[in-house]
Amino acid sequence: MATTVHTPSPVTAAPHQKEHAGLRRLLRLNWLGGAASWLWLAVVVVPLYWIVVTSFKEQRAYFTNNPFAPPTAPTLDNYKLVVESDFPRYFLNSMVVALGTTVPAVLIAFMASYAIVRGSGSRFLGGVSGLFLMGLAIPLQATVIPVYLIIIRMGLYDSLLAIILPSIAFAIPLSVLVLSNFVRDVPKELFESMRVDGASEWGMLWRLAFPLTRPALVTVSIFNGLTVWNGFLLPLILTQSPDKRTLPLGLWTFQGQYSVNVPAVLASVVLSTLPILVLYAIGRRQLLGGLTAGFSK
Amino acid sequence: MTTAAVPRRTAPSRAVRSGRNGPVAWMALPALGMFLMFGVVPLLGVLALSFAQWDGLGAIHAAGLSNWRSVLSDPGLPHALWVTFLVMFLSWAAQTPLALLIGVFLAGHQPYRAVLAVIYFVPLLLSSAAIAITYKALLDPNFGLGPGLHLGILTQDWLGKPALALGVVIFVVSWQFVPFHALIYQGGVMQIPAAMYEAAAIDGAGRVRQFFSITLPQLKYTIITSSTLMVVGSLTFFDLIFVLTAGGPGDATRVLALDMYKRGFQANLMGPASAIAVILVLVGLGLALLLRRIGGGASDSQLEGA
Repeated sequence: MATTVHTPSPVTAAPHQKEHAGLRRLLRLNWLGGAASWLWLAVVVVPLYWIVVTSFKEQRAYFTNNPFAPPTAPTLDNYKLVVESDFPRYFLNSMVVALGTTVPAVLIAFMASYAIVRGSGSRFLGGVSGLFLMGLAIPLQATVIPVYLIIIRMGLYDSLLAIILPSIAFAIPLSVLVLSNFVRDVPKELFESMRVDGASEWGMLWRLAFPLTRPALVTVSIFNGLTVWNGFLLPLILTQSPDKRTLPLGLWTFQGQYSVNVPAVLASVVLSTLPILVLYAIGRRQLLGGLTAGFSK
Repeated sequence: MTTAAVPRRTAPSRAVRSGRNGPVAWMALPALGMFLMFGVVPLLGVLALSFAQWDGLGAIHAAGLSNWRSVLSDPGLPHALWVTFLVMFLSWAAQTPLALLIGVFLAGHQPYRAVLAVIYFVPLLLSSAAIAITYKALLDPNFGLGPGLHLGILTQDWLGKPALALGVVIFVVSWQFVPFHALIYQGGVMQIPAAMYEAAAIDGAGRVRQFFSITLPQLKYTIITSSTLMVVGSLTFFDLIFVLTAGGPGDATRVLALDMYKRGFQANLMGPASAIAVILVLVGLGLALLLRRIGGGASDSQLEGA
């Protein structure tokens, strides 16, 4: 292996290609990485395949057949069972909580990021920025007991707002970190020329920084929406009645109720994930791109 | 355009000022307010509650050091700490080499690698509850994959034996997060200047040598970022473990977060649960500082390389 000698790439290649030629050659030869990647693909795909296939099987067929065989008589009964239970309610609750958290969280985090970048030098804003950074290091779920107390005292226990308010706060540190990296990339000259034209900071926030950081805003929104959509602990401790359950909590109780009916449980898993998959299909490029950009800065 | 043409800014003098560009500081206030209310205040509150007695419903009484005394003398605490660190270390040790290998591979330019990346991402979209429920069904000794395929080796009481249950937790965590970290590494690899590889190749370095002498050192910060996310993230595996094993069998997978929940919301002992939460915060902060120190120690050497 170590004896492979690389010849310098020919100069005829286009600059961009040439730049990557050495790297690419190295990567092409990376058989160990290739093997790991394909193996892990199987590890990822097999359970996913099993979930989907099983969710279309009859309960009887599930126990008798090869678990990986496609259903001989595909049925939608499992999905019907799920939809006829309280799932639409859970779905709606999750939607309300996800949107109710993400939109305000991203907007106020964006405003804070703008302030932190534009007002760098201010001790107050430096402190705010440091506070948010510290928030990243703290496992916020350790604070759920006082959050529970605050929610009770506010009279919000067992409401969707009880989930939304702490979720907004929990979303802020990472959102500010990522967004301020992108606001910082907006060229200073653009701010200067808008200022010369008489724009206020508030105007520049919405007419300059907002459009220029839109990809990052979308990424952060998707990421926060996903986190809240899948959140389990806050709904678990801050709500009680069945009609306030969000999807993950609903899944959990559904599984407790129908644990023997594996196909139905898996149908509920598929249904709760479907909207996310659709969103992923639409915003995938932005999510993948933004995520890696946010973390490798 | 001369400076004379610049319209006078009419910044109200009472507004919060912040240096060069007029009042912007107030824009940080909504986020600051929310974070203070539901982040900082609870953080201080959890410390205060750790010295109080509260059953989650009634009045709160001061309790002095009694919670701490009972928590610190309870053998459940060292056990929960041990399980927490075990899960943290094992999940880190399982994920990092895999994520690194896959990330380096994914940084290539073949189109199918992009397709791989798309599929890899799917586990990250599922909720921990959904994943835990799926694996519970999949590993069921009576109705799961093992009996279905008539494979003895898969037909075990996966979640019923302490060591196996811990292994399952680590595997499921890896299943969910290896792809995410692979994508972080992919991003890191793509930023390594290709000229370094060319120079190394001219010097006759083989690709294994290149991996250890260029890729790995250049990825130092990516490794620290990814490790930080893994380590701090491992403190928050509550959902997964709660649904998958509920801390069992016995208390084999009872990590700190679960210990806190069970004491607080199931046994209604909010005081001792808050003491556990304080320990959880300290562990998180300590780890973050440790990792930052490891990262900061060699910040100059990275610049030399590039």
